[in-house]
Amino acid sequence: MRRLLLLLPLILTLSSCDEMTHQPRYQAAGRGRLFPDGKAMQAPPEGTVAQDDPARAAALDERPPMTLDLLKRGRQRYDIYCSPCHDVAGAGRGPVVARGFPAPPSLDDPRLVRAPSRYFVEVITQGHGVMYDHADRVTPTDRWAIAAYIRALQRSRSTPVDELNAADRAHLSGGTP
Amino acid sequence: MPQIFTASADTWLRAGVLLVGLGVLVTGVLWDGAIGSSAITAVGWVRDQPVPFSHKHHVGDLGIDCRYCHTTVETGPHAGFPATHTCMTCHSQLWTGAAALAPVRDSLATGTPIAWQRVARLPDYVQFNHSIHVARGVPCVTCHGRVDQMPLMMRAQPFQMRWCLDCHRDPDPHLRPPDQVTRMDWSTWDREGHADYGPHQAALFGIKPERMTDCALCHR
Ligand code: HEC
Ligand code: HEC
Ligand code: HEC
Ligand code: HEC
Ligand code: HEC
Ligand code: HEC
Repeated sequence: MRRLLLLLPLILTLSSCDEMTHQPRYQAAGRGRLFPDGKAMQAPPEGTVAQDDPARAAALDERPPMTLDLLKRGRQRYDIYCSPCHDVAGAGRGPVVARGFPAPPSLDDPRLVRAPSRYFVEVITQGHGVMYDHADRVTPTDRWAIAAYIRALQRSRSTPVDELNAADRAHLSGGTP
Repeated sequence: MPQIFTASADTWLRAGVLLVGLGVLVTGVLWDGAIGSSAITAVGWVRDQPVPFSHKHHVGDLGIDCRYCHTTVETGPHAGFPATHTCMTCHSQLWTGAAALAPVRDSLATGTPIAWQRVARLPDYVQFNHSIHVARGVPCVTCHGRVDQMPLMMRAQPFQMRWCLDCHRDPDPHLRPPDQVTRMDWSTWDREGHADYGPHQAALFGIKPERMTDCALCHR
């Protein structure tokens, strides 16, 4: 019997195998028993101004200069956040609309062609009708980039093919992007 | 006083000790196989989620980009889980009465986040950072597998130290164009002849494999 007892320390060490794997600290999006709402990540008190709020507000106010990089960024962000509904060409027939989501207007609607770029930024920031806002997903600078890319989309949908140069036309008929 | 131990007690004790000894030995022999087994690494196991969220449906069929939901994967250490607001962007109009989505609607009403069960998690003593991997062009699929084919999320790679180090010792073959990190299917990449791509990118970013195995990189 006493010899069996010698095995006890071994068994006890086995039970502590979890050591340090789960440390008693809060995970970013995890539970926090300390707080009434049970969240580790607490919302800042009402009226708090975050350190980068002025910078964000400024970025939202001021339209960045139009560059090729801005357009490329805009295309990437548009494809991620808008194309599920508005589709990659902006016609409003994305895969989510195909499953029954209300169809958005085509982005080359004359009303939207006349709208200032700021209007697109506002739609992203505040949403519009059944479209939720995307402010939590798209940063202010990216909103301007998307607005710039929407201009490119509108242009692409109203430009007659014979106004393109030869290289672009070959590209178009070849079908590769 | 009657005898506590019967005549056979000694034999039983010996048999018991022998069995335990054998057990330890067999465990030792099987250990190397065992730590690679899915029971330990949890590869391929699914967990009961509060909502049966399907990546196959949302990523594979609908083609939604990872970053639509995992918004901080490019900018921070954590990829993050989507806020309930994100689900409701579509589900305020779609499947509005579905029982499967009841927890999502409750979560919106009460402001309590959905408690997802983690499948891809490291021990707390390991530091991991998504943004550097994404910026260098390590695609999601390398570490998380064909997410677009998973009806329920499961772990695709063992997430053991030797798995991290296998890549950190020689990252070149794993590098891809950083603007395509969320692409899932790379089966044509090698056939397209990109043998020089990895070494070229590694030189461009100044990646030094000899520095990438420092213990302090991952254990701080
Ligand atoms: C979940 C689907 C969905 C997503 C994602 C989405 N939209 Fe919309 N959008 C809509 C719908 C539906 C409407 C029409 C809303 C209405 O009229 O009630 C709309 C309308 C619009 C309008 C037109 C507003 C007007 O005056 O008619 C603009 C501009 C717009 N969206 C831009 C965007 C941009 C930019 C993004 C990406 C950041 C985006 N949308 C993402 C569904 C979506
Ligand atoms: C961009 C739009 C979009 C977003 C965002 C979205 N869904 Fe969906 N979801 C859909 C569509 C469309 C369907 C229905 C597909 C169909 O009918 O084939 C669906 C179906 C579902 C279903 C049931 C159908 C099934 O078999 O999988 C669940 C559950 C679900 N979604 C959960 C979620 C959760 C949880 C979130 C938030 C993390 C979420 N969805 C975010 C578009 C979306
Ligand atoms: C429509 C929103 C949505 C999209 C798009 C999406 N995810 Fe997710 N993802 C979720 C939700 C919700 C969870 C938590 C539930 C679960 O584990 O299935 C999750 C969980 C995960 C997890 C498991 C993390 C853990 O530790 O449990 C991984 C890994 C992951 N997603 C990777 C991806 C990748 C890679 C892509 C792109 C190919 C992607 N996701 C696209 C919503 C999304
Ligand atoms: C180099 C490997 C690697 C790559 C590449 C990678 N991940 Fe991860 N991912 C991990 C590891 C490891 C964890 C567990 C982190 C932890 O527990 O601290 C994780 C965790 C996650 C989680 C759970 C939540 C969190 O933030 O911890 C999500 C969601 C996720 N990854 C999505 C993605 C997406 C989307 C991509 C591509 C854009 C991606 N991952 C690329 C290794 C990777
Ligand atoms: C498929 C390849 C791959 C895998 C798998 C991988 N990494 Fe990395 N990791 C990289 C690359 C490439 C870098 C960028 C190195 C650089 O730029 O110097 C990196 C960088 C890092 C860094 C940051 C280094 C710094 O300079 O701050 C950490 C921390 C890290 N990895 C941890 C991990 C951990 C932990 C795992 C396993 C869970 C892991 N990695 C798995 C490829 C990988
Ligand atoms: C690329 C990242 C990385 C580097 C570099 C790294 N480790 Fe680890 N280490 C890990 C991960 C991930 C785990 C968790 C393994 C698991 O969960 O099975 C781990 C686990 C461990 C453990 C616990 C093992 C166990 O089974 O409990 C020890 C001890 C350890 N590492 C020591 C080291 C030492 C010493 C070095 C330097 C020579 C080092 N590590 C370098 C990623 C790393």
